[in-house]
Amino acid sequence: MKLVESQGDSVRQDGKLGKIVNVNLKSTKSKSGFSIVVGLIFLFLLLYFAAIAYPLFWMVINSFKTTAAIFNDSWGLPKEWLFSNYTTAWEQGVSSYFMNSLIITGGTCLLTVLVSALCAYGLTRFQIKGGKFLLLFVSAGLMFSPQSSLIPLYELVQKLGIFDTYWALILTFTAYRIPLTVLLIRSFFLSIPKELEESAYLDGANSFKVFTKIFMPMSRPILFTGVILTAYYAWNEFLFSILFIQTEDLKPITSGLLVFKGALSTNWGVLMAGLVISAIPLIAIFLMMQKYFVRGLAEGSVKG
Amino acid sequence: MRRTRMVPILYMAPALIMLALFVYYPLVRNVVNGFYEWNPFTSDRSFVFLDNYLRLFKDPVFYKVIKNNMLYAVISVIMQVGLGLVIAAVLEDKIFRRFSTFFRTTFFIPVLISMTVIGILFSFIYNPEVGLLNSFLRLIGLGDLAEGWLGNPKTAIYAVIFVSQWQSIGYAVMLYVLAVQKVPGELYEAATIDGAGKIRTFFSITVPQVKEMTFVLLIYTVTGSFLVFSEVYVLTSGGPGNSSQVFSTYLYQKAFIDNEPGFASAIANVILGITLIFYFVQNKFLKTGEE
Repeated sequence: MKLVESQGDSVRQDGKLGKIVNVNLKSTKSKSGFSIVVGLIFLFLLLYFAAIAYPLFWMVINSFKTTAAIFNDSWGLPKEWLFSNYTTAWEQGVSSYFMNSLIITGGTCLLTVLVSALCAYGLTRFQIKGGKFLLLFVSAGLMFSPQSSLIPLYELVQKLGIFDTYWALILTFTAYRIPLTVLLIRSFFLSIPKELEESAYLDGANSFKVFTKIFMPMSRPILFTGVILTAYYAWNEFLFSILFIQTEDLKPITSGLLVFKGALSTNWGVLMAGLVISAIPLIAIFLMMQKYFVRGLAEGSVKG
Repeated sequence: MRRTRMVPILYMAPALIMLALFVYYPLVRNVVNGFYEWNPFTSDRSFVFLDNYLRLFKDPVFYKVIKNNMLYAVISVIMQVGLGLVIAAVLEDKIFRRFSTFFRTTFFIPVLISMTVIGILFSFIYNPEVGLLNSFLRLIGLGDLAEGWLGNPKTAIYAVIFVSQWQSIGYAVMLYVLAVQKVPGELYEAATIDGAGKIRTFFSITVPQVKEMTFVLLIYTVTGSFLVFSEVYVLTSGGPGNSSQVFSTYLYQKAFIDNEPGFASAIANVILGITLIFYFVQNKFLKTGEE
């Protein structure tokens, strides 16, 4: 957005034609913009747009059809809009997958941000022996993919008695999100001036009070980024989800939809409705707070 | 004095315990497990030293897996790191900027949809009889090219890779747009005054200015390609006949379907080795995550 101002009134030149069309610095809106090349690029963008949007559009319109209508005419608009596909999908399992995903994602976000903030506080606010090692211990977690520990983790989850419960996913998700989230919060905590906490200590506060009354409120933006990144991960995670929860009623959307698909192989319209319901929450959140979301992904990608 | 020494440890304890329990312990255990063979249903467990690895290196599926993952990586790098940057640069160009938000938001939407949904959607699109792809091909007169995309061992892996690109290019575009927006506008003005064309400007200003993002995305894409699981699992489960098998699905199949956990542990350790190599390459070339 910033760039718009800084480049707004510079000279533009059409590279393909190789000659300066615009001598006047102010008149950037010349006709030269519409050369063949520009047209071709625009066509490419539109084709790419169609390649993304059309399948999604197709999913939505077919979610209102009967299976027979999908087979006979999958391109056209539904002759009769079957809103009942949505209620059927919701009642036949999607509602419970949806609630399970909400609980698992919510629990993971809460636990991840809390545990990571505490850890970042311990790492940044105290002089301790082995501090460097502890930081390495935490951040090295970024290197390891869940695949490499999958089999022992599967056994561990069973031994701990949390197999087939929400905790199997909440605890493992949290553990794998801690390294990134601690690094994010830590870099923010490092920027908080020492004077703030020193005056609080002089007023007789203990370190936990400083954490809850000063650090947590000040770090709201970065905590929010942590929540968004964690939610994105937890909502879409697949590998642990298909393994650690086997009871159908406890499955989150990602693994539940596969069961749903198996059970509904003959009712495509209802299945499509289930897909649409599952896709909507994150898209809605993204469209509502695009700025935070994108910033979160950018920060996460650089750290990760 | 003792108390103050304990305090920071107490703050860190929950995170450290969780990491030790759920990340480090299973990791170490898996390295050890690679030297054993056992049956998950009995307690027999025998030390076989390198047998799992020797078997793996003689296994033709293993080479198929390596080939598929490399194919995945090469195509993903071209489409996401390469094409992603071109699209971002085009969207940030003055001519297209007024449409930029609209396009990049749309391109980003698949990133937000979980792979299960996308996978099921594409299994409809690839359906040989009524799928969108084949009916589109027939519509434009290319009916001869119609194919059982996921059922044909020759096309299955490409069909899966395409779905990954469909989902992920928008992510690269979004990150590149952020990077391009950070390039100082004066650089572009100077290039224009010097008479550099758009293509020249792209290669001599945009590309070098966003090289840090390129590197981040490169590592992210290549690592992701070697760890890919959900799209392959949902679309083909590695089939038909192992033709679209990748590391993670092969690991999954050996561990949880064929009940050969020792052999699967060896696969997991190969994955570990590969990710560690990528990580060290990243650390050598880029110093991030420190401050």
